[in-house]
Amino acid sequence: MAGLEDLYREIILDHYRNPRNRGELESPPAVVAEGFNPLCGDEVKLWLLLEGEVIADIKIGGQGCSISQSSASMMTTAVKGKTIEEARQIINSFKHMMSIHESGLDEEHSQSIDDQPVEAELGDLAALRGVVKFPVRIKCATLGWNTFNQALKDAGNDDQVSPV
Amino acid sequence: MKKENFLNITKIKQEFPLLKRTINSKPIVYLDSGATSQKPQFVLDAMTDYYEEINANVHRGAYQIAEQATTASENARKSIARFIGTTNEHEVIFTKNATEAINLVAHSWGRINLAEGDVVLLSLLEHHANIVPWHQLATERGVKLRWIPITPEGRLDLTNLDQLLEGVRLLAVTAASNVTGDMPDIPYLAEAAHAVGALCLVDGSQYVPHRATDVSKLNCDFFAFTGHKMCGPTGVGVLWGRHEILDAMPPFLGGGEMILDVRLDGFTPNEVPWRFEAGTPPIAEIIGLGAAVEYLEAVGMTAIREHEIDLTNYALRTLTERFGSDLIIHGPPDTTNRGGILSMCLKDIHAHDLSQVLDQNGVCVRAGHHCARPLLRELGVTATSRASLYLYNDESDVDTLSDALYEASSFFNF
Repeated sequence: MAGLEDLYREIILDHYRNPRNRGELESPPAVVAEGFNPLCGDEVKLWLLLEGEVIADIKIGGQGCSISQSSASMMTTAVKGKTIEEARQIINSFKHMMSIHESGLDEEHSQSIDDQPVEAELGDLAALRGVVKFPVRIKCATLGWNTFNQALKDAGNDDQVSPV
Repeated sequence: MKKENFLNITKIKQEFPLLKRTINSKPIVYLDSGATSQKPQFVLDAMTDYYEEINANVHRGAYQIAEQATTASENARKSIARFIGTTNEHEVIFTKNATEAINLVAHSWGRINLAEGDVVLLSLLEHHANIVPWHQLATERGVKLRWIPITPEGRLDLTNLDQLLEGVRLLAVTAASNVTGDMPDIPYLAEAAHAVGALCLVDGSQYVPHRATDVSKLNCDFFAFTGHKMCGPTGVGVLWGRHEILDAMPPFLGGGEMILDVRLDGFTPNEVPWRFEAGTPPIAEIIGLGAAVEYLEAVGMTAIREHEIDLTNYALRTLTERFGSDLIIHGPPDTTNRGGILSMCLKDIHAHDLSQVLDQNGVCVRAGHHCARPLLRELGVTATSRASLYLYNDESDVDTLSDALYEASSFFNF
């Protein structure tokens, strides 16, 4: 039986109360992308500044539920300063985490060894693993990521990952 | 102190099998009848009995069960006609749902009768089902759309109705808002529409389940509603129309059943209502809707409305007392011409998060824009959590909702 604490970890509530990297960037040169979850009105607007292969700066705006906004906030702290390739690895890890069936989180089914480095990469984002117990909220958690993907695509990086 | 109700809600709850369920070991508290209603055993049995005993295609009666199936479904049509206040059951057309019923009017009446520059008058209260078909017609035909505004209370603002009605050929309006609960004065609006030579279409989806309906008193020309919000199954809805208007309308969908003859060079459409019922109808669902009508008539629509007024008053009073200005309940603050719809915003907690906490407590509400995005934009919100009351809800359901709201308020206390 999934409880609220499984979904709303303290880190998530912290990022919701104090979202990181809020604001805008001058565009151009920054790329702007917008994501929207029509089911419940979550919005994420994202500004992405690339310098070569490096994500030099990233800012987010928007409004919505605690899961969508905190996930977007955590994403910005995870990818800022990384290379595009490193950011793609993080996106893959996050995608993997969001696709784990909820039975994979039970105590009886402990994580396989090769999952652990994945979660180490994710840092704060690992707090979102409880979202899979609440399938309705997965779209909330992935909104910021899909918007980030869109920004990467618009910045001319066509060989990036498929939607989360 | 509990007020005496006409209805024995405890007994009524027992007649709905799903309401025995538990969620997270707690009794389910179903407050989303605005999205769909629960079904009494009586309706479920009627549909199972049909499939077990008389299932056969209709209007082809060469053998006994085919005759019985036809009689059962035409009897349902008669019951529904009686339920909405007409003696002419041929004014009752079966559709898939209210959305299809409105699309039928847009297609079969709108395409013939509306030309470029004609105005269709809608309102800001409307559900997308009573907006999008008119947008489609506007794009296709150059028809203009105009909107009746709303008051801060979430009622229609009819101050400038005369100006709004200039050049209008069709007024399409809801009889009960699924967000604010407001119930516009349909007879007044229909008369105003007729005075300028316009017809009046009414979306009765949130009205028919909750109030005694009489289309002749409402004085409208089309009335659309759906089965699944009134204790009937999904997959069946109704368009009522004045027979002289329907008689002049060409068919909607084409196929079998809606024809008298098909030749190589053309076809002859059937009489009304079958002209608008193409293909095999949802027979079991029609019979289920007929049974739902019988069930509601046995409970009594007046008793249901009185109960909902009492319960909505209880909810408005107790929630306001407990939460004060922390809780915004959109819509009129009293139950005069207001339904049991409570669209809520609690502090700055997002509707999705609020509904999550409620779900943990077995309380089922809807979070989102409720298929009324123009309305929510006007109210200045992106989403609300909506609790909607029906005949099987009682004060303990409202108390559980209140406790769950309090828990959410503490959990998200910043």
